[in-house]
Amino acid sequence: MKIHKYDTVIVGAGGAGMRAAIESTKRSRTAVLTKLYPTRSHTGAAQGGMAAALANVEEDNWEWHTFDTIKGGDYLVDQDAAEILAKEAIDSVLDLEKMGLPFNRTPNGTIDQRRFGGHSRNHGEAPVRRSCYAADRTGHMILQTLYQNCVKEGVEFFNEFYVLDQLISEVDGVKKSAGVVAYELATGEIHVFQAKAVIYASGGTGKFFKVTSNAHTLTGDGQAAVYRRGIPLEDMEFFQFHPTGIWRMGILLTEGARGEGGILRNKDGERFMEKYAPVMKDLASRDVVSRSIYTEIREGRGCGPEGDHVYLDLTHLPPEQLDAKLPDITEFARTYLGIEPYTDPIPIQPTAHYAMGGIPTNVAGEVLADNTTVVPGLYAAGEVACVSVHGANRLGTNSLLDINVFGKRAGIAAAEYSQKADFVELPEDPASLVVAQIERLRNSTGTERVSTIRRELQETMDANVMVFRTEQTIKTAVEKIAELRERYLNVSVQDKGKRFNTDLLEAVELGNLLDLAEVMAVSALARKESRGGHYREDYPNRDDVNFMRHTMAYREVGDDGTESIRLDYKPVVQTRYQPMERKY
Amino acid sequence: MATPVLDKADSAPEPGFADSPYITVTFRIRRFNPEISAEAFWDDFQVEIDPKERVLDALHKIKWELDGSLTFRRSCAHGICGSDAMRINGKNRLACKTLIKDINPAKPITVEAIKGLTVLKDLVVDMDPFFQAYRDVMPFLITKDTNEPTRERLQTAEDRERFDDTTKCILCAACTSSCPVFWNDGQYFGPAAIVNAHRFIFDSRDEAGEQRLEILNDRDGVWRCRTTFNCTDACPRGIEITKAIQEVKRALITRRY
Repeated sequence: MKIHKYDTVIVGAGGAGMRAAIESTKRSRTAVLTKLYPTRSHTGAAQGGMAAALANVEEDNWEWHTFDTIKGGDYLVDQDAAEILAKEAIDSVLDLEKMGLPFNRTPNGTIDQRRFGGHSRNHGEAPVRRSCYAADRTGHMILQTLYQNCVKEGVEFFNEFYVLDQLISEVDGVKKSAGVVAYELATGEIHVFQAKAVIYASGGTGKFFKVTSNAHTLTGDGQAAVYRRGIPLEDMEFFQFHPTGIWRMGILLTEGARGEGGILRNKDGERFMEKYAPVMKDLASRDVVSRSIYTEIREGRGCGPEGDHVYLDLTHLPPEQLDAKLPDITEFARTYLGIEPYTDPIPIQPTAHYAMGGIPTNVAGEVLADNTTVVPGLYAAGEVACVSVHGANRLGTNSLLDINVFGKRAGIAAAEYSQKADFVELPEDPASLVVAQIERLRNSTGTERVSTIRRELQETMDANVMVFRTEQTIKTAVEKIAELRERYLNVSVQDKGKRFNTDLLEAVELGNLLDLAEVMAVSALARKESRGGHYREDYPNRDDVNFMRHTMAYREVGDDGTESIRLDYKPVVQTRYQPMERKY
Repeated sequence: MATPVLDKADSAPEPGFADSPYITVTFRIRRFNPEISAEAFWDDFQVEIDPKERVLDALHKIKWELDGSLTFRRSCAHGICGSDAMRINGKNRLACKTLIKDINPAKPITVEAIKGLTVLKDLVVDMDPFFQAYRDVMPFLITKDTNEPTRERLQTAEDRERFDDTTKCILCAACTSSCPVFWNDGQYFGPAAIVNAHRFIFDSRDEAGEQRLEILNDRDGVWRCRTTFNCTDACPRGIEITKAIQEVKRALITRRY
């Protein structure tokens, strides 16, 4: 075991982690621990753009953006946070441009902007061009630009280090972050990082679904690490299903395709979104479009021999426009489906895409131990966190914005804290939990296979807690997850070595997915209403009287060691916008 | 040599397909694990798989159902993150962007680590020298203005287009590890580093072109390129790498860019 000491430790090197690192490295001795090489992070898969009311191509302002974000989140958004997001969006985009990001340009040389789902002029009048973009590889450009600037600033990375535990010490009755424990992939060695401040920026947890746009590595490691140490998880029932994933594969096809004029069609060729969203049509918010697609499929208007998908039609757009604005996604269609998007519509289905919920934070990125108490020294930003700027449904282009605005805020706040704070003493035998976990998995002679349990988990999640949910389906998922958690205790790995043991780490990741899937299903069961991405067929309406509140899920361990989930609730911050019926 | 066969029940086709799309494919994988043996060896696996699936899907099937110790890097699984460059049937490709049907599955498909970088285990190589060469070309925008502009810098669409091709690089190392010059001399910067220098040299906003050109004028720089086009053929992003290298050479001669 090795012990390291840094002022600030950042967990994860996607957009939020690297944006934080650029700020933190200037102000404090910082280490970034990342399970992937930084440029492998899933920020790079984001396509369509980053929202900011620059008003470069038409009238726009941050107040309209704030409203759209709150409405898009079905009023579960904390309005003070949404206002910060929309206001600071403008400087965030300009910061990236100054760092070198190659945005597409207008004829007069300013950053070009395009339409995106749920972003509107004057509180829903019509779509507005708010998304700043670089073809359909905006996330790639953001990830590259941030990495380039990390190189410039001399950010210190520990690549292929898996953070498996959060250390918390009690000082004068206050629980404070003391550091993290990490597993080094190359050697199998355990490392303890003592740090004054820790920032989680480790991304999402989409791999508990089968059809997902998420990378294999998005297994909720950060959420699971803090949750096991008593930190609550907020609004985990809210998961976004992106309308246009490649049929069966789930690979993302950007909403920018519809922003450029693409149309969704059913088997009769009908532009069905006109029925569901007369004003915004194909550019309604993602939860609305995904439900509409599944309604078409359920009512027998799906495409193909099984009627299990619909089409994204780009054939009416000029090939030059597709080449210039959507080169990557058209190539995906050619590579993975053998389809020519110039002439043929692309088969799509909704794909599990984004966790709105996560580790609760305030607007400075400080993690909350309950509804109000800050954990000194602990921060989170990006998809791993819940500020909450996305509420019950995130708008497209607001995630690349979130990682930049709140990554920067967390980086500054954490570094300023670690400049003035003292190191917190490490708990006794700080690596004990991780050592025990690793040794148990490595030495297990159990008969269960990681891949089997993971597949069954993904299948039950797809079948029971996806776009449509009922009490019955969620209960089925809860029971199945409990069974899988039991079977997980009997899991073994074939690779017993120390060097690059990815077999072992997949087992660890599955443990994280199981914990988080349970939190999600239990949170969903208790929310007896429909709001944003959480749609209950048995409670089809939003219920502001009983459920205008954030879910806070806590892990409880009884005296006999039995684990359970305790649900509590937190009020939503409302400033200037009263909840209204959501129509597009 | 072990030749495990996949249990058919585990991979039965989904109901509704009258004709099974599944075929049996042999994957011949170059294995190396110094914890067990100093010698590398070829390991054959037979996999029942839909040929429309990716090579990465086959590697996962092997890892998840036959041999958990098979080790490779991967993340996004659709050609964006650059984790899974490997040598497939003798050619550098991304395993997640290569469909089995496109590489003659009637014959055994060989899979080995990319060349020129130290193999650490199976298909995993040491990427540090690759990223060091990248860092050496100063891959970040450098401007001389001391006062930051309040708005964005202006750039015409034409100036933006000038370096578009080289912005697509995902640092997967498929190009660099396909270059015979790099195989023979690891000191050579390699195509990927030059691509990333090109991305800034030809960006109208950047003001450090001269510095980067001097770095690439080094004895291990662009002049080592023998124009074999291996890099261009290998690039999973379709970047015209050899052309970019030629443009850097020309800029060094003319000092115009």
